[in-house]
Amino acid sequence: MNNVISPRRDPTARPFLELRDLKIHFPTDDGLVKSVDGLSFSLERGKTLGIVGESGSGKSVSSLGILGIYHRRNANVSGEIWLDGQELVGASPETVRGLRGKRMAMIFQDPLSAMHPYYTIGDQIIEAYRVHHKVSKKVARKHAIDLLARVGIPQPDKRVDDYPHQFSGGMRQRAMIAMALSCDPELLIADEPTTALDVTVQAQILDLMRDLQQEFNSALIIITHDLGVTAELADDVLVMYGGKCIEYGAATEIFDNPEHPYTWGLLGSMPRLDQPVTERLLPIKGTPPSLINVPSGCSFHPRCAFDGRTGGASDTLVPELELTGTSGHRVRCHMPAHVRQQIWHNEIKPTLEGTGGHSVASMSELPSASDEQSEEVA
Amino acid sequence: MAGPAGLVCPAGPAAQAEIVVTFFIRRTIGAALMLLVVSIATFLIFFGLPRLAGATPETFAARYLGRTADEHTQQLFAEKLGFYDPLWQQYWNWIKAIFVGTDYDYGTGIEHCAAPCFGYSFRTNHAVWDDLLDRLPVTVSLTLGASILWLVTGVAVGVLSALRKGSFFDRAAMTGALAGVSLPPYFTGLMFLYFFSYQFDLTAPGGTYVDFSDSPGEWAYSLILPWITLAMLNAAAYARFTRAGMLDTMGEDFIRTARAKGLHERVVVTKHGLRAALTPIITIFGLDVGLLLGGAILTESTFGLKGLGYLAIDAINKQDFPQIMGVTMFAAFFVVVANLIVDMLYAVVDPRVRLS
Repeated sequence: MNNVISPRRDPTARPFLELRDLKIHFPTDDGLVKSVDGLSFSLERGKTLGIVGESGSGKSVSSLGILGIYHRRNANVSGEIWLDGQELVGASPETVRGLRGKRMAMIFQDPLSAMHPYYTIGDQIIEAYRVHHKVSKKVARKHAIDLLARVGIPQPDKRVDDYPHQFSGGMRQRAMIAMALSCDPELLIADEPTTALDVTVQAQILDLMRDLQQEFNSALIIITHDLGVTAELADDVLVMYGGKCIEYGAATEIFDNPEHPYTWGLLGSMPRLDQPVTERLLPIKGTPPSLINVPSGCSFHPRCAFDGRTGGASDTLVPELELTGTSGHRVRCHMPAHVRQQIWHNEIKPTLEGTGGHSVASMSELPSASDEQSEEVA
Repeated sequence: MAGPAGLVCPAGPAAQAEIVVTFFIRRTIGAALMLLVVSIATFLIFFGLPRLAGATPETFAARYLGRTADEHTQQLFAEKLGFYDPLWQQYWNWIKAIFVGTDYDYGTGIEHCAAPCFGYSFRTNHAVWDDLLDRLPVTVSLTLGASILWLVTGVAVGVLSALRKGSFFDRAAMTGALAGVSLPPYFTGLMFLYFFSYQFDLTAPGGTYVDFSDSPGEWAYSLILPWITLAMLNAAAYARFTRAGMLDTMGEDFIRTARAKGLHERVVVTKHGLRAALTPIITIFGLDVGLLLGGAILTESTFGLKGLGYLAIDAINKQDFPQIMGVTMFAAFFVVVANLIVDMLYAVVDPRVRLS
């Protein structure tokens, strides 16, 4: 199941969530900011999509765009967003508001700043529930306590009256999740849900999200720059760079046979516990592009180590997101597929899996590499 | 769960209540101490500093007697009024008089000055306290009306400006606010009087004041121009302040969360945005009201309203020390009490304050 990318699975059935060529541009005094520039993907209920990329790659803006949280005056939004057969870009703001929080909900990165400091946790959950359900405060409060218990908050009947600052970071994120789940959303978007948390708490939150997703059978989008989180949870992975999708495929495929130099860079930037500390990470050189001044041609070319192998196309032509292989894996790169695969297998993979067998990728059940070709990774 | 106010709040309403009470008591003691410091400073300015400048007990007594009194009378009065006592003793007598009253022996008989006794005016021989009470209703009426006016208009304009940032309304409002802040009340006040009162005869002329208990309608009629004049000054400042606060708050993460819940935009703006943006405004508002209760000197003078500010200016011009000290303490009292109320309101509004 995992090796089939959802959009092409069954041409007759509509996927639960589908984005078609979504563009979110912001005209500013300095120029047009193309935060999201032609994003397409689809997602079924019960499945998880990981959207990966550096800061400023357009991950968060796309998710807020799905929820319809943008200024109609400031943002130019085009393309289509289909949620269970309903188109959202052209829908009235009031329609989208009615869906927001109810059928699609969001979990934010920093739960301290994302919760209102003046209202109790309970009040904030109750508010989220009552805006979509005509129930009494008492019923809603009962619901809030149940939710807090469900996300693992001890003594929920007491903690429901606490303020966000009285919770620890992990507890706050649990409360945030409880709030997002208050209306049983079918689509849940988590924007860097574990970034602000202790490492020990991160694992608990990820476990919780996985459990809840199974229980509610919701579609889950995890936005992160942490490939480890993606490997833990995602069925599909979408890599974004400069507002565009540059690689999209099943998680196993992306971790097993990544074909875009940027994805290789991301994998190389992961610290690994299983290697001697003397070994250096392989960071991607340079910085993410400014979304006002996106480099011509392939927006990654100034940072790409394989820039020279495209025959000069990289700085003039924008590469298409093209299918590679048979499993729905798509890559936006000028290099021919066989060249990319060759580079991955001969140059990149041995370096990444240098000394140890276990990389992050191994979490997604990758076959671990042999321990031999180690030593001289500088 | 007993315990002093700590950073981590033990759950439970009883403990919460205890923390709140501790907080209030602490702040009240702080306010009392502040008043003590102000009283010492005021006393030293009027009775300590002149000594450094060479004033003798006789010169102090002479203030009460006028220039014609001979040296013997001055000494006699300096003795009777306690100017030969050490400074701390004089301070103590002054404070004591405020709390329990005192007796003045003028030689012709003993006159009792009941608490709170701030002494008698040099010029009119009125008890200072009676003068203060007499003037208070004017100042309170002026401050109350004006403060409500500027709070409502200032915050409303500020919120609308913030929500329509960069629009024509925003620019016009902010330009107007700049003008409002820049124009002094004696200019706007006189303009208003000239047009609305003398040209069009719509409002009361300057110098009129009708007590609320006599006729609420006339009261408002006589105060409408002073209210608008005083309110304009502050409304402008509050509009700019609210606008900045709202712009800040509406960019907060919790506003994004409120939108993500699917709340109506109206609820997002008021319940989530304005609520947070209002907190600092409450602080300034309390302080401004406290300050004005001590006398809105410019506005009162412009409109000839005989309030505390008018009294203060009058006392200063005539060097009426007991009156100046009385007004000073009175004004300080209002500022300190306003501060105290603001502190407590803050704790009610912002739950994070209670715990630290």
